[in-house]
Amino acid sequence: MSNLNNLLFGVYPYIAILVCIVASWIRFDREPYTWKADSSQMLSKKGFRVASNLFHIGVIFILLGHFVGLLTPESVYHYVITSANKQLLAMVSGGFFGILCLIGLLMLIKRRLTDDRVRASSKTSDIALLFMLLIQLVLGLLTIVVSMDHLDGSVMIMLGNWAQSIVTFQGMQAAASIEPVHIIYKLHVFVGLTMILVFPFTRLVHIISVPVWYFGRRYQVVRQR
Amino acid sequence: MKIRSQIGMVLNLDKCIGCHTCSITCKNVWTSREGMEYAWFNNVETKPGIGYPKEWENQDKWNGGWVRKSNGDIQPRIGGKFRVLAGIFANPDLPEIDDYYEPFDYDYQHLHTAPESKHQPTARPRSVISGKRMQKIEWGPNWEEILGTEFEKRSKDKNFDNMQKEMYGEFENTFMMYLPRLCEHCLNPACAASCPSGAIYKREEDGIVLIDQEKCRGWRMCVSGCPYKKIYFNWKSGKSEKCIFCYPRIEAGMPTICSETCVGRIRYLGVLLYDADKIKEVASTESETDLYQKQLEIFLDPNDPEVIAQARKDGVADSVIKAAQESPVYKLAVDWQLALPLHPEYRTLPMVWYVPTLSPIQNAVEAGTLGMNGVIPDLRSLRIPMKYLANLLTAGDEEPVIRALERLLAMRAYKRSQNVDGVEDLKVLQQAGLTKKQAEEMYRYLAIANYEDRYVIPSGHREMNVPQAYGERSGCGFTFGNGCSTGTSDVNMFGAKKVNRRDVIKTVNVGE
Repeated sequence: MSNLNNLLFGVYPYIAILVCIVASWIRFDREPYTWKADSSQMLSKKGFRVASNLFHIGVIFILLGHFVGLLTPESVYHYVITSANKQLLAMVSGGFFGILCLIGLLMLIKRRLTDDRVRASSKTSDIALLFMLLIQLVLGLLTIVVSMDHLDGSVMIMLGNWAQSIVTFQGMQAAASIEPVHIIYKLHVFVGLTMILVFPFTRLVHIISVPVWYFGRRYQVVRQR
Repeated sequence: MKIRSQIGMVLNLDKCIGCHTCSITCKNVWTSREGMEYAWFNNVETKPGIGYPKEWENQDKWNGGWVRKSNGDIQPRIGGKFRVLAGIFANPDLPEIDDYYEPFDYDYQHLHTAPESKHQPTARPRSVISGKRMQKIEWGPNWEEILGTEFEKRSKDKNFDNMQKEMYGEFENTFMMYLPRLCEHCLNPACAASCPSGAIYKREEDGIVLIDQEKCRGWRMCVSGCPYKKIYFNWKSGKSEKCIFCYPRIEAGMPTICSETCVGRIRYLGVLLYDADKIKEVASTESETDLYQKQLEIFLDPNDPEVIAQARKDGVADSVIKAAQESPVYKLAVDWQLALPLHPEYRTLPMVWYVPTLSPIQNAVEAGTLGMNGVIPDLRSLRIPMKYLANLLTAGDEEPVIRALERLLAMRAYKRSQNVDGVEDLKVLQQAGLTKKQAEEMYRYLAIANYEDRYVIPSGHREMNVPQAYGERSGCGFTFGNGCSTGTSDVNMFGAKKVNRRDVIKTVNVGE
């Protein structure tokens, strides 16, 4: 078990992140024409606005929440909040946005599978991605249920240690900190890492292209020869 | 002053016969690809009509173009930058494919493979998006051809605003005209302004507006931003595409394919020099009806020595300045003011101009008399109402439309008296504010319309794009951005599809 644990949570993260970075780089460099959001909105607008907005707002909050929540060291956030309260905050806000995201995602899945036009123009990866997101989201929401059993923030600290050890290149230490947590957390982390792994091969790459530069540029773009 | 040059186009609606040759040649060259079946970089609409896509002129519905804020600044009508980004998950102003039409094809193969039967086999329609059978085709790219729909539907045409439109539904008062449309290659493009990725740009040397296909991320805001709805989202590639003004031809000094193949010789292409520093000021003009006149002020006289000197300083090539001096577009739009911009009220400063069309005299037979304004018939008795043309071309101001039509009529009257009666009727020219020389030139450009008069296009000086032309020799030519890779692998990890293969729709037997 320990070897598998080391492999999945001490080594696999680096494989996933490395593939993500290198393959994204190659794709951006070699196949810029394939780099896009791949929207299907114009094929079928019915219910799309609600579904897509719910999903995206939910998922963006959740992603930011994970980054801040997992990577802020204990010693830093203790100035602001106790571990137990931080867990409670994560459960409530994560739960709320998770539900929003889930509603949107289910609507999007229904649309993609039942709308003739959208279905016909879907790539296998589009459909697989939606189900992967669904699994991950359900696992994430289940962790809230599991975490009811330990409201002191202890598991959250373990998970935070795992993430912080990973980003500080201490793989084995990371695997050790995540060893005792409930299987649901481990599954959630595993699927999450797998999503990082497949990131460059799917439409997920559009996340990198959030057009924040738009705020800074002038309206008109003129190119000289 | 910062002088830039632009290739503009003029379309003489008076001579358009609505044959759609422009649309078809354009389609065959540029949009016969998958995902673009529904898109027509050039289309010809019958007016009055709601057009393609449906009601494209209704900016209350689509929010295209610019809007002038109370502080005098302008911003895209779809909203400021924050609002644009807030809409990237689901663009609230995006037309659906049904607003254009569901592209279809027919099961032609069935005609070959059908077994012997009592009835002749038929080729039934099929959607090229879903591949599913279409029982009934309900809309197409040119559904309103020659007033093909009932007046009730047609009358939603936005150009009927401020008109007693009911009377034009009556058979006796019906009127129609053709309106060929393409990208306007605006001086102040709203599509470029609303592109979050900054992928849409205007070329400095010829003003052609293009979408960088490698920078486009498919956020779809340009589709909404463009008030002419001339940006099309390729649902297969996930990128927006638009009329490229046949830039490979323009660079080689050739006219666009729509112009080249126009059998009516209605299209003109030529260079205009303009002051790029004035774009914002002109586009922000307070009154919508002043926009046309203000836009004329932005163009510079290519024969003015000061302009020539400044243009040279700003890097405009001598061949381009020379072309500007002989430009048919300058003559038609600026000098004679016959050609008017399409919907200047969108504040995009469009660069495709239209000579309004004359029409038969409406009530002359009925009344027994013909209203005359001097020697020129009263233009209000023309079948196509002035207000309608004005709503289309000058934001509702009838004055410029009347002036253009008067000049057309005066030129005709002058040439008629010259050729038929053998007299020089200069009075009619005076009345329309034309000189004899202008009238003779107008005749040459509008009636004779020689190829070399219609198209004065300087070659693109592409040699200036490469600092070391010798090094480019024998290099690789056109690619899809992956250098000179041979692309022999059938599997592409990133989902890019081979460009030399089409996903052919499966044919099936009828009766399903």
